[in-house]
Amino acid sequence: MSDLQVTLTIDGLRVTVPAGTLIVDAAKKAGIDIPVFCYHPKLEPVGMCRMCLVEIGRARRDRGTGQPVRGDDGEPVIDFSPKLETACTTAVGEGWVVRGLSEKAKAGRKEIVEFLLTSHPLDCPICDKGGECPLQNLTMAHGPGKSRFLHDEKARLAKHVPLGDLIVLDRERCIQCGRCVRFQEEIVGEPVIGFSQRGRGLEITTFSEPGFDSIFSGNTSDICPVGALTTTDFRFEARPWELRAAASICPHCPVGCNLTLNTRRQPDRDGQITVQRVMPRQNEMVNEIWICDKGRFAHHYAASPERLRRPMVRKSNALVEATWEEALARAAQGLRAAGGKVVGIAGGRASNEDLFNFRRLLEGVGGRAVLDEWMAGGDHAQKLGAGSKADLGSYGAGDAILVVAADLHEEAPIWWLRVRQAARRGAKIVVASALPTSLDPVANEIVRFPAGDAALAVLNVVHALTGDSTVEASAELYEHAAAALRGAEDVLIFFGREGLDAAGSSALAGECATLLASLGCAGRARSGLIPVWPRSNTQGAWDMGLRPPSTGLKEALSDAKAAYVMAADPLRDDPGLAEALSGVDFLIVQELFLTDTARRAEVVFPAQAFTEREGSLTTGDRRVQRFYPSVPPMPEARADWRILAEVGNALGLALPGSSPAAVMLEIAASVPDYRGASYGELARVEAQWPIVGGDDLYYGGTAYRNEQGLGVKLVPAAERGEDFSLESHDLPVARERAPLMLLPVARLYDAGTTVGASEILRAHLEQASVALNPEDASRLGIGDREAVEVRWDGRVRRVNARVRASVPPGLAIVPRSMSLELRGVRPVEVRRAE
Amino acid sequence: MAEHVVLRHREIPGLERLEVYLEHGGFEAWRRAVTKTTPQEVIEEVKASGLRGRGGAGFPTGVKWSFLTPNVFPRYVVANADESEPGTFKDREILERNPFQFLEGVAICAYAAQAEVAYVYLRGEFWDVAQEMDGHLASLRERGLLGKGLFGTDYNLAVHTHLGAGAYICGEETALLESLEGKLGQPRLRPPFPAAEGLYGKPTVINNVETLANLPPILARGAAWYRTMGTEKSPGTKVFSLSGKVVRPGNYELALGTTFRELIFSHGGGIPDGRKAKGILPAGASSVILPADERILDTPMDYEAVQAAGSALGSASVIVLDETTDLAWVAMKTSRFFKHESCGKCTPCREGTYWMLHLAERVERGEARLEDIDLLDTVARQIQGKCLCALGEFSTMPVVSAIASFRADFASRVADGR
Amino acid sequence: MLADKHRETIEAILAKYPPAQRRSAVMPLLHLAQQERGHVAPEDLEEIAALLGISPTQVGSLVGFYSLYYDRPGGKYRLQICTDLPCALRGAQAFAQALCDRLGIEIGGTTADGLISVEAVMCLAACDRAPVFQVQDPNGLHYHEDQTVDSALQFVEALRKGIGRG
Ligand SMILES: Cc1cc2nc3c(=O)[nH]c(=O)nc-3n(C[C@H](O)[C@H](O)[C@H](O)COP(=O)(O)O)c2cc1C
Ligand code: SF4
Ligand code: FES
Repeated sequence: MSDLQVTLTIDGLRVTVPAGTLIVDAAKKAGIDIPVFCYHPKLEPVGMCRMCLVEIGRARRDRGTGQPVRGDDGEPVIDFSPKLETACTTAVGEGWVVRGLSEKAKAGRKEIVEFLLTSHPLDCPICDKGGECPLQNLTMAHGPGKSRFLHDEKARLAKHVPLGDLIVLDRERCIQCGRCVRFQEEIVGEPVIGFSQRGRGLEITTFSEPGFDSIFSGNTSDICPVGALTTTDFRFEARPWELRAAASICPHCPVGCNLTLNTRRQPDRDGQITVQRVMPRQNEMVNEIWICDKGRFAHHYAASPERLRRPMVRKSNALVEATWEEALARAAQGLRAAGGKVVGIAGGRASNEDLFNFRRLLEGVGGRAVLDEWMAGGDHAQKLGAGSKADLGSYGAGDAILVVAADLHEEAPIWWLRVRQAARRGAKIVVASALPTSLDPVANEIVRFPAGDAALAVLNVVHALTGDSTVEASAELYEHAAAALRGAEDVLIFFGREGLDAAGSSALAGECATLLASLGCAGRARSGLIPVWPRSNTQGAWDMGLRPPSTGLKEALSDAKAAYVMAADPLRDDPGLAEALSGVDFLIVQELFLTDTARRAEVVFPAQAFTEREGSLTTGDRRVQRFYPSVPPMPEARADWRILAEVGNALGLALPGSSPAAVMLEIAASVPDYRGASYGELARVEAQWPIVGGDDLYYGGTAYRNEQGLGVKLVPAAERGEDFSLESHDLPVARERAPLMLLPVARLYDAGTTVGASEILRAHLEQASVALNPEDASRLGIGDREAVEVRWDGRVRRVNARVRASVPPGLAIVPRSMSLELRGVRPVEVRRAE
Repeated sequence: MAEHVVLRHREIPGLERLEVYLEHGGFEAWRRAVTKTTPQEVIEEVKASGLRGRGGAGFPTGVKWSFLTPNVFPRYVVANADESEPGTFKDREILERNPFQFLEGVAICAYAAQAEVAYVYLRGEFWDVAQEMDGHLASLRERGLLGKGLFGTDYNLAVHTHLGAGAYICGEETALLESLEGKLGQPRLRPPFPAAEGLYGKPTVINNVETLANLPPILARGAAWYRTMGTEKSPGTKVFSLSGKVVRPGNYELALGTTFRELIFSHGGGIPDGRKAKGILPAGASSVILPADERILDTPMDYEAVQAAGSALGSASVIVLDETTDLAWVAMKTSRFFKHESCGKCTPCREGTYWMLHLAERVERGEARLEDIDLLDTVARQIQGKCLCALGEFSTMPVVSAIASFRADFASRVADGR
Repeated sequence: MLADKHRETIEAILAKYPPAQRRSAVMPLLHLAQQERGHVAPEDLEEIAALLGISPTQVGSLVGFYSLYYDRPGGKYRLQICTDLPCALRGAQAFAQALCDRLGIEIGGTTADGLISVEAVMCLAACDRAPVFQVQDPNGLHYHEDQTVDSALQFVEALRKGIGRG
């Protein structure tokens, strides 16, 4: 879009917009509704449905001079074209006159609606979209009173076609606008649904196996302008007008997608108010108007019947329910008795307020709080993180993005989607990883390195950039990567933890920082480092001053008398910790569920789920965002920050405990980066483009408008002009090598605390397995699906093998959710189980 | 009668063989174009000839070529051999009987467009034609008439066939391109026009088979010669596909501007059994149907005159109806065709052709009420001016014009049904 | 697998299109698959998709769109009679009906021996030679023009005796 402005008249209103703007969008900006079905502001215009027909008058120009011709009255002469034209495919022109409300245009729309209704079943009373259906609304506004097509003669088509296990198609309702097909093709690049047949028979279908299997599939039901596509989660569950909406933030990954939770009182569950569906809420800097299927469908854990209902305390070696007073007193007593030898372990899914109070409490009793994580780089993000204007949506030609040791598709889906869009707009993409990733197809350069060597790979790119000749191995690869990055206006570097242990991760973060600096992008407002954290608020935890224990949890616990665990299940992630934990006299756990760790505790506090409370989370690119309560809390559960304040109270420590806003005030006062992040600031909004969420659902779909806050983007130290020198980092170390190395990988639908509880995603859950390359498999005499023994570091696990050509030779791949005591890559033996 | 320009095989037996074609000066124009003239000079000559596209729209061919976006390469040339308009069978005769003249035309067009690859998109039913053509292309490569470094210059040209698979809409140029790219044959938005963004997004020229077959004679004998035939604005000859109720259906290559009467009666032998002509579809099923009165019979068949008479010459597929033909039935037949062929992309055509057929069948079955005739007319008019491509518009023409000019045929059906 | 049996043909098809535009080869490959088994089966979609680097859905979409592709078996010979306007004006409809009557099937049906399916189709660009039909069979597709019911029946007989084409 150019800087040139064009002025035209639409329905009598003078509108000035950038040249190249489509008439529909120009009208929308001016608050004029031009109805559309096939057009969607995030998709390429196709002009198929013909709903947006308008009359267009163009200013007549003198052929010689190019100047507008004026009539006798001195007004420019306007020539109206005899035909109606589509406003969705026509860019504005200077001096044009567009009529959307003339008799001719209105008649045109009416006729199009009538055509659409010749196929449509008009089953609004039983349709899930009823009440938020563009076709229904536009029929009311623009349609004929009654179709002259005989209703009895309408074709009967299939009304329940499962396109996959999450999305169902009603063929009678489909109006062939192609939004879903184009979304999958243009935005996602997974064309697993398409049109088949032709003419009146045109239908949405899939020939892919297993059908409409795409992790963004739910978005198609948001942008479907009729009730043709519905999610199996929401189908027939509720009527849109019975729903209430509350703003939230997705708790699953560091992207921090803005959500709206729709709730309803459930007659069949004693009138309990429950979350009926999760919808995207617009934040163009974060998730635009999309969310992934994990965010959409994995919310059920929050309402799980397995949730902890009451505090528990250990009595005669069994955990029994207790009152809050009793549990709090026991906890205070246990902490006091530890005499300062207390270690707090918190997970990155807790909110900033929780983590802040956690640290205050732990330090208040003379102990220390650590992060249940080993991936490094939070401090790098504080110094060199994504700058104040680093918006993936603005990335395009002239910019570059490096993704190293992460598979964004699995770990941070919306980042994947947006990086892919940036690639389409011309940004250079470099992917560096040990395994093929879903970003490879759009990558300009792909750097493959031995698993675990991520830091070395980045160092090699740095050397290639700076002309250092010490790079020998596959130097060309690094030259190419360097060439793609060099000269880019701005660069974003996403780094993850593929194959890395704590030391490797720390080295990688350091090398990424060095690379950013060598590219001249340190401190630039659109550049920066973005850690791909395993949890939604790991960055917030760093910012609240929590760190992974430098020598590991086991070490940290070695001389502790008491431990306090919040929003983490260290025992599940590493059963090897059992020993270390049994050395601790007094364990307190604050949780949603009775986790493996909680089972060993002296005191267990039932925490509130994200749906029940307020708080704030900090994304991987360091935007602080607020979430709000949507359902009443379980009667006896309390918010983590509050439990901590109450424990503190019992110990005579003054922790902010009146409200999360009060905690945030204290954070703002003591964490310099968060100085501006008051709840008021976090709730600020400004107008966003495209405009969604009004009455005109036909335009942007059913994504919600953001009226609750776009969050506050933290500015990294380098951009503030402060010293950003990092502690010198260790250089990547040589690792042990063996013919077969065990590599744990992150998967979207891991089987953790949150996803596992959602029935609807069960079929997608990652199974315990080990994946091998066919060559390795045949060398080891292992067939697909055969039971095998995996042996490493003196440990053994029995799982089923998968033989996959996509696995690089020499690697045995296991999902992280298998709870192996495993960080980086380790030599492994895989053999057939006896 | 004008001489045969593209149906030269009618005089020259064996012209479908390369040897024979070469003996009759074949590929001389091509050689001369590549070795002696610039692409621009070829374009100028074709412009001067006044040749207009024979695929239906009648757009001046040389002018179309000059719209190619300058300095963007590669470029492509696509020959439109989809010939699927009911009543049109001229391209097939050229492809079968005078294939080398067509291929020489493709080559000349490619040179003018500075394209090094050309595709011949044949409707899927032309399977045998495609097999033959692959053989012809092989022999041209062997002879050095196609391939790399042609005639010692640095110009290369490869020509490939591509078979469709049964879809009238693929004759529409942008649907054709989609199909050639391996997608559903649904039209694209225009602009951008193919000359700017065509095949694979590159500047592309698309021409009809007959248009292309005219090129070698034009280059060989000059624009001035070409203009000695036809009319001022519609120069040259045209192959008229004559079908329906005539004694001698077939292709007739005549000067543009020849009257319907001459075609139907002098060449086609008139109406069988001495019956009277009732109506004429000058452009296949996509026609405004003209009543075959004396004025119409004396109308010259050139682009301007047929348009002035209220219809269009289109691809010049003249379907003749006689007094035994029921126009309500004709409207049903054309509606059935368009409903079958609508690609489904845009609402008015997808739903409208279905609805029209629904009503036309009801009329045809004698089950309609009088209002249904008006509804049919309304539905057809309601489609008009709203579609993404011309197919939807085409579908309405026979229906609206049949009701307007032959209402009695519809009304009597209604009466029957009571 | 098509690739095992028709490697050279497939390579020749792919060579027609620029390397970055392999998707263009989908239609010829569908023709090839259909010649092989008389219709296009799900495994063909998979194989063609894999050959071209597109999704099976992108391949399968075309089968329903284009009228010459079939997604299910029919007669070994698909006899397709043009009954469109110009041919109908010259008696094609009556011809089609009479032929089907003699074959003892409905238009759109298949003979009991599974050998012949008769369909009515749109204009074949042979309007001056009505009645006309085309025959789609494992050898491709061929026209039969200026037909009478008798000549058509003779042709069918020849097919039955295995002396027709294919
Ligand atoms: C529905 C439709 C069908 C068409 N079918 C054909 C066709 O079969 N053959 C053809 O040459 N042009 C056909 N055309 C016209 C082409 O779009 C295009 O104008 C033509 O191929 C250009 O070539 P020309 O300039 O040489 O005529 C069709 C157009 C439409 C709208
Ligand atoms: S007018 Fe008909 S054929 Fe043309 S795009 Fe619309 S639906 Fe397709
Ligand atoms: S054609 Fe413009 S919105 Fe569909």
